[in-house]
Amino acid sequence: MLDGLRRLGQATLRWLNRLGHATLFLLGLLRALGALSRRPGLIVRQLYALGVLSLPIIAMSGLFVGMVLGLQGYANLVDFGATSTLGTVVALSLVRELGPVLAALLYAARAGSALTAEIGLMKATEQLACMQMMAVDPFARVFAPRFVAGFLAMPLLAGIFTAIGILGGYFVAVQQLGVDSGAFWSQMQAVVGLVDDVLYGVVIKSVAFGWVANWIAVFEGYDAMPTSEGISLATTRTVVNTALVVLALDFVLTALFFGV
Amino acid sequence: MGNLKKLELAVGAFVALGLAAFFMLAMKVSDITDLGKNQGYQVTARFENIGALKVRAPVTLGGVRIGRVAAIQLDPRSYEAVVTLAIEPQYDRLPTDSSASILTAGLLGEQYVGLEPGGMDETLKNGSSLKLTQSALVLEKLIGRMLTNAVSATPPPAKTP
Repeated sequence: MLDGLRRLGQATLRWLNRLGHATLFLLGLLRALGALSRRPGLIVRQLYALGVLSLPIIAMSGLFVGMVLGLQGYANLVDFGATSTLGTVVALSLVRELGPVLAALLYAARAGSALTAEIGLMKATEQLACMQMMAVDPFARVFAPRFVAGFLAMPLLAGIFTAIGILGGYFVAVQQLGVDSGAFWSQMQAVVGLVDDVLYGVVIKSVAFGWVANWIAVFEGYDAMPTSEGISLATTRTVVNTALVVLALDFVLTALFFGV
Repeated sequence: MGNLKKLELAVGAFVALGLAAFFMLAMKVSDITDLGKNQGYQVTARFENIGALKVRAPVTLGGVRIGRVAAIQLDPRSYEAVVTLAIEPQYDRLPTDSSASILTAGLLGEQYVGLEPGGMDETLKNGSSLKLTQSALVLEKLIGRMLTNAVSATPPPAKTP
């Protein structure tokens, strides 16, 4: 009994300890922004690795998710003779939830894990220690560029995911199932609001997700045990923790913006 | 150097694609004209019962959307619902004796405000109010009335010996 209680306390303290470490690490990242602003080339290189190389999976997934939404929405709406609202269904589900959330999950799997593995390996092979020996701040040279680039890439990827998803829904609904093209777009425009849905949905959510996803990915790499096992553990933790935090944060943001 | 150029080109294309996606979301998916919704003029209408009318519900005339419901309040004195209608500026020739009714799109659809133009020469301006209104049809009341009518219309069942 007492032993179990003690173990619970131990786990809590360890968790709080890591949270404190992560917060200090985030402050270090923010402090390095000044130095980073003199080397914007570093960000461009990471934007390529994190953003451009994530494009294929984001675009393909967005297309398929949109097409599935089109098919499922049609199958359910056709019973009520309400297929003209299919555009609204596809657009609202993508803009409010699926676009930012799925893009963040895919980003964590595709780019976040790579970030963690890369930084963890740098640590294991003592590249970070070497940098510090040469008075190069790894925060300004390694961590901050990756964090900033990922933070910038996330909203763009979410926007691309959403837009391609809507086009996929359009393709299935209008080209394949014969929903009227005019009704598809006009019903969508009548319901989807620029501020209420696009800003509060895709934009704010993806900015928040980009922040936590990249924070977790870079921190897990920095915090990884410098062994091959430690790096594998850290990479797993990145994907699992990002997924959990993104989904929980999504609930909070949805309750905040779309809750009654 | 050529490698870096290619990389920068790819990043540039990526950023442009992302911005294009947001441009499409703004222009094609949401209605950007919503931003200018404050440019029109506002009129109020009082209803006994607004049913399930919501803010941002459409205001139509002859089936064409000419504005949106901007606000819904309760007048604490008369217990009437005061609905503020924001009407787009190009529809500035509505007679003052136009009537407003709360209608339902389809049997289970959302509720909206339908206007019927009147015949007066004077036109509605910002701040004017609609005098002729018709409240929402509340389905439960309707069914209740139908049931009481049905009960009073049927003769009492004849007792069989």
